[in-house]
Amino acid sequence: MSRSSSSLFGLGAEFSSANALLGAAEKIHAKGFRKWDVYSPFPIHGMDHAMGFKRSRVSLFSLIGGCIGLATAFSLIYYTSALNYPLITQGKPYFALEPSFPIFFELTILITAFGTILGLLLLTLLPRLHHPVFNWDRFQRATDDGFFLVLEAQDPQFHSDSSRKLLEGIGGTHITEIFQDPEESPHPVRAEVST
Amino acid sequence: MRADNASAQAAFAKAADYLERQPLVSNHRPLSWITQHVCQIVEERAPKWWWILTLVFGGMAALTPAMLTYLVSTGVGVWGLNVPVCWAWDITNFVFWIGIGHAGTLISAILFLTRQKWRTSINRSAEAMTIFAVICAGIFPAFHVGRVWMAWFLAPIPNANAIWQNFRSPLLWDVFAVSTYFTVSLIFWYLGLIPDLASLRDRATTRLRQMVYGLLALGWRGSNRHWTHYEKAYLILAGISTPLVLSVHSVVSFDFATSIVPGWHTTIFPPYFVAGAIFGGFAMVLTLLIPFREIYKLHDLVTDKHIDNMCKIILLTGSLVGYAYSMEFFIAWYSGNPFEIYAFTNRAFGPYWWAYWAMITCNVAAPQLFWFKYCRQNPWVVLAIVMFPNTGMWFERFVIIVTSIHRDFLPSSWGYFSPTWVDITLFIGTIGLFVFLFLLFVRFLPIINMFEVKGITPQADPHDPIHHAEEKQPSLASSKEVHA
Repeated sequence: MSRSSSSLFGLGAEFSSANALLGAAEKIHAKGFRKWDVYSPFPIHGMDHAMGFKRSRVSLFSLIGGCIGLATAFSLIYYTSALNYPLITQGKPYFALEPSFPIFFELTILITAFGTILGLLLLTLLPRLHHPVFNWDRFQRATDDGFFLVLEAQDPQFHSDSSRKLLEGIGGTHITEIFQDPEESPHPVRAEVST
Repeated sequence: MRADNASAQAAFAKAADYLERQPLVSNHRPLSWITQHVCQIVEERAPKWWWILTLVFGGMAALTPAMLTYLVSTGVGVWGLNVPVCWAWDITNFVFWIGIGHAGTLISAILFLTRQKWRTSINRSAEAMTIFAVICAGIFPAFHVGRVWMAWFLAPIPNANAIWQNFRSPLLWDVFAVSTYFTVSLIFWYLGLIPDLASLRDRATTRLRQMVYGLLALGWRGSNRHWTHYEKAYLILAGISTPLVLSVHSVVSFDFATSIVPGWHTTIFPPYFVAGAIFGGFAMVLTLLIPFREIYKLHDLVTDKHIDNMCKIILLTGSLVGYAYSMEFFIAWYSGNPFEIYAFTNRAFGPYWWAYWAMITCNVAAPQLFWFKYCRQNPWVVLAIVMFPNTGMWFERFVIIVTSIHRDFLPSSWGYFSPTWVDITLFIGTIGLFVFLFLLFVRFLPIINMFEVKGITPQADPHDPIHHAEEKQPSLASSKEVHA
């Protein structure tokens, strides 16, 4: 192999169906690989289990967001209506829970939504417009009808030859080396685009 | 004996066919067909009808800023509002539009939590409709405040008067409810769009498309390490949108229900408003979806079953609304309060009787046609029937608002509201804006949620027993043939 191994991102394989990809993922997980991923046009039921994922932590961000929202709503209403400028309106108390409830609720929801999105972006490290897998010409079908599995070269168990055999053995086709640098990609990066 | 057996088997097969669930994607379409069919709408050259409709509705939409400019430069007096009717078309239109939005969130959130898989092919367009409807809704209260350049007083920002908002006022709750609703709906919609924007990016044939869709897709690559967080985030957003959508129209109804005006001061308002909102919203979803389904031949994705389901929801919520109408009358009578009783008698038999009976005809009577299968199965009949709820729900808000306040407690302060040309033109303008935005959406974004539709196809489910058997034993079918 002429190319330096440092520029090798990993070895990609294509699978025929969601079911085949799920089976392959189970086997790769059983082999103890750590740096690998599967790519599919839709979330596959049972894949998280097959890859050995724990519960997603997005909900933690949502919870924190919700708490911040509720605390914001409470301090906003309490500070403005009861502390900073107490104003008697229709003889009602300066602060009471009942009329505050709708705004407590709405702000809790709003900041929970922000927390959820922030959590999602942080955990997925998106937006990230460049990624080595995009250098693989077949990979465009990952958002159409393609099912892919990529073993990353960074994984301690990764060996160019044995990993290729492994992927072949579990039913992968079109096994391709994916490079960090698009120039090194053995195939054209994308279909020719006209401007 | 043998013939008997055969005929019995045929009868069983027929019954099984009849009982079998209709697939949500007809004709066993492959995944790539779904991508191709939906993306093509965005990728092909804009058809002539699209240009014509966009110009027509864009022109109509331009009436909105024109009327608002006229309103601001002249004064709120150009609307037909005057004591005692200080809320009329503007608030009617506000409640009408915000109500329409509710079906979108119901489809995207509540039907998601209840695992109604049929929602997947309609949720994208319904959510888009929600956002556009809320945009139209927001215009009215913002300008109804009178001096619109002071609308920022609604936000809790320290100002020169050193005075804060009155957090005990339902009108302020409304500000928070509607702005939260808009923001969360937009986030939810965009989150659902990300994987589909990536599909458009990967299919892009021009540099511009690749850049725009690429930026919007945030570099989505369908990785399962992303899907696991994505699904959780989607679930949480659905979970918080469910109480949110119920709260928004409840808070809108508090604008009325927390007052002491007879006809407004009723505890039934929050559930009644929510049912009405879902009713009117589904009618609008069908109004928009049926024509586009025909134009773009989406029959395999938006099947007759989808339309049938939506008709049933309209029938249910229409009947709920009918129940609420009658219960209002019962409570008015049961309260023994002469002002309450008068407000409701006046509503049905007073000077606005025509609006009341238009409402009853459109909202209670017309949807009853959906008891008949024929009416639910024929899209053009459905389209004709849903025009009634579309109209009726506008009348409902008009009836609730105007008939309750046009006769105050003292006959000396009675009045009769008639809209001015500005009222009417502004409303037409917002209809134009709504359709115009929807036409832009159809042209530039995928109107069907591709990744979710792919996810409910049998080939997507690794646990699907039938699919599994076929894949494992491809000889099964051929062996049957040999026996026959």
